[in-house]
Amino acid sequence: MELLAFGKTGWGDELFYATLMTLAVSITAMLIGFFFALIFTPLKLSKHKSLNLIGNFYTTVIRGVPELLVIYLFFFGGSGAIMFVASMFGYYEYIEINAFITGSFAIGIISGAYSTEVFRGAIQSIDKGQFEASKVLGIKKHIQFYKIILPQMLRLAIPNLSNVWQITLKDTSLISVTGLVEIMRQSYIAAGSTRDPLFFYSFAAVLYLLLTFLSMKLINKLEVKYSRGF
Amino acid sequence: MIGSFPKLLSATVITLKLLSLSLFFGLFIGLLFAILRMNKNPIVNKFAYGYSYVFRGTPLLVQIFIIYFGLGQIEYLRSTFLWVILKEPYWCAIIAFALNTGAYTSEILRSAFQTIKPGLIEAGKSLGIPNKVIFYKIQIPIAIKQSLPAYGNEIILMLKGTSLASTVTLMDLTGVAKYIISTTFKPIEVFIVAGGIYLFMTFCVHNLIKFLEKKYGFQT
Repeated sequence: MELLAFGKTGWGDELFYATLMTLAVSITAMLIGFFFALIFTPLKLSKHKSLNLIGNFYTTVIRGVPELLVIYLFFFGGSGAIMFVASMFGYYEYIEINAFITGSFAIGIISGAYSTEVFRGAIQSIDKGQFEASKVLGIKKHIQFYKIILPQMLRLAIPNLSNVWQITLKDTSLISVTGLVEIMRQSYIAAGSTRDPLFFYSFAAVLYLLLTFLSMKLINKLEVKYSRGF
Repeated sequence: MIGSFPKLLSATVITLKLLSLSLFFGLFIGLLFAILRMNKNPIVNKFAYGYSYVFRGTPLLVQIFIIYFGLGQIEYLRSTFLWVILKEPYWCAIIAFALNTGAYTSEILRSAFQTIKPGLIEAGKSLGIPNKVIFYKIQIPIAIKQSLPAYGNEIILMLKGTSLASTVTLMDLTGVAKYIISTTFKPIEVFIVAGGIYLFMTFCVHNLIKFLEKKYGFQT
């Protein structure tokens, strides 16, 4: 237990901040994922073949390639890509991007592919009559989406989104390879300096379990809230 | 880009070995725990539930690290024959993968068993078929058919999961890809080749499952 003491003698406070970092990365990645889903869901549902192809390409490639490989691509290729863009604007200095941004972006793209599938499924399972009825009533397209489709879609999407959240949360452990100090990285450092890997990795497992357990509780509440009247 | 292709292909063999061995062991673990989950004894039941909860609630990376770095710390283990296995990163990775996929498989099989209509089992009983035969000849074949689509997803997840073996020094497809990236600084090209190989494998698994579903699945 001494190992977990707060302050200079133990690893308690470091692991606490690492847990916050894991949460921060997961939430950022999830939001970035929503952003991607917002772009790619309409593409997947579109009637145009070519737009459809782009949407399918995104979800198939990202869901078919290991997360670690995507992270390596961003970690090694990210600053190169940004420097290339910057060089077009006449900036030739070395640019280093922060591990937090690369990490959450990489995980966000992965999470976005799963979210896209969830949103697509949810929209497709909304009764066609809802679209037609709102059209007949002369409701504008964007109001139709925000007031009629979105509320119904969220109810259907929340249980599956909670799965995506779990996947995202667990995927953040992989960005420890880029050196960002989240739970996994901090446990690695602690295990290295105390020569007690069994304890620290088991503790990391407990932290992850705690995070998934608590977030599931929260999401279940949301689920109840959004399925009022059903 | 072309030069790295043979290296990546030979690494693919290791990825496939890891995948097939862990799926093989994982299937047995999954079946065992699915049966335990349906046990009426609450202690046995809770134990099986706890197993699948812990392994599904923690990242695979943590599980590999606990087995590879953590277990070696126990002095007692070092003196037993288990150490022969546990000192090899290859077997540690397979143990971690098998336990992980076993947890998911047990959930898939459990839900498949639960969707079997009780009438089928009752019909078997009233025909005087022994319980064991009902289980092996009626319940298991139906459960396998029922769980094919979900198990196909699990195979693909596991295929992606084997990439984590590279974190414990194994040179699988991702490991070699990372090595080539860090020596040549050509991340995009290597990503395209390695990602293409992974995609090809997922494509094959996907189609294999589709084929099996068509051949053995239910027409609903």
